[in-house]
Amino acid sequence: MELSYFAIIIGAIFVNNVVFAQFLGICPFLGVSSKVDTSIGMGAAVTFVMALASIVAWSIQEFILVPFQIEYMQTIVFILVIAALVQMVEIILKKVSPSLYQALGIFLPLITTNCAVLGVAILMIQKEYNLLQSFVFSVATAIGFAMALVIFAGIRERLELDGVPAALKGNPIALITAAILAMAFMGFSGLV
Amino acid sequence: MNKMQIVLNGIIKNNPTFVLVLGMCPTLGTTTSAINGLGMGVATMAVLIMSNLVISLIKNLIPDKVRIPAFIVVIASFVTIIQMLMQAYVPSLYSALGVFIPLIVVNCIILGRAEAFASKNGALDSVLDGVGIGLGFTLSLTVIGAVREILGSGAIFGVSLGIADYMPLVFVLAPGAFFVLGYLMVLFNKFAKK
Repeated sequence: MELSYFAIIIGAIFVNNVVFAQFLGICPFLGVSSKVDTSIGMGAAVTFVMALASIVAWSIQEFILVPFQIEYMQTIVFILVIAALVQMVEIILKKVSPSLYQALGIFLPLITTNCAVLGVAILMIQKEYNLLQSFVFSVATAIGFAMALVIFAGIRERLELDGVPAALKGNPIALITAAILAMAFMGFSGLV
Repeated sequence: MNKMQIVLNGIIKNNPTFVLVLGMCPTLGTTTSAINGLGMGVATMAVLIMSNLVISLIKNLIPDKVRIPAFIVVIASFVTIIQMLMQAYVPSLYSALGVFIPLIVVNCIILGRAEAFASKNGALDSVLDGVGIGLGFTLSLTVIGAVREILGSGAIFGVSLGIADYMPLVFVLAPGAFFVLGYLMVLFNKFAKK
């Protein structure tokens, strides 16, 4: 499958944005997006883990699962790898860069259950990307996620100050806001 | 606790979609039609009941420190089984749900119930909790799917109502998922959560 890297990047960030078009990573999207600062932290942590996870998951698929013909173990293996990876990143960061650990720390454990990470690993195998394409795809997806999170956090900070009807407070108004954003993102469809 | 109460709790008081707001990804991603929502709900319910049962049985064997990884392995095994069964017996539904079937693993509802209920209660109660929460999830998904299907493609469970030409297609696309879930949550807040 020949696809230019530019097309992969634009496709993953805008056209098939993970949050607004593919519905992956909605839990952190609704949970952590109430402040711009925290959503930038979350976005950075996800980018970091997703990039690492894509390389590791691709290597495991190519060098272990396919040669031994145990592709059906994909789900179990990938989720364990991601969980282990998150734990490892946490330990290494704590030693190597305490300041970065301070900044990302609280978001790291949450990433294991971020379905976007596992989703991207499965999608890139489905699309039969090579290693470099997988890496580019996962970084672009993570950037798309971070962008969605930051845009949304900006809107929610304003919403806090507005008079929202009681029944709409909290999640419902967030979902309706997301609907309008998703509609805006539909404008990108057909670009790639 | 009353057995019936456990099941009912999962459907109304602890409704995973409208009250706990868990498992949003499959809720939004697979409900393009009532039948897809129902399929996703049943698949998740099957995994939930089985993992609740197994985890409640082996809860005393697992050291406390590694319980989360152990739970994830149990859940992932059942997801793989369901994935293979669906691929074999309902291939069209399998391809419609796509990546969301392996993603049942990271559905927070299942790990959440394992941690909050199955690891503290007996086998029968855990199975009933799985049934209750699973039914709550399935019902919510089916309702969302049905609303989107009626509004978006003028049909219900694949049966055309003959009004397809007048319906805004946007409801089966991405924004419609957020809109329908948002407004159904408003209704649920208004009437059921008292």
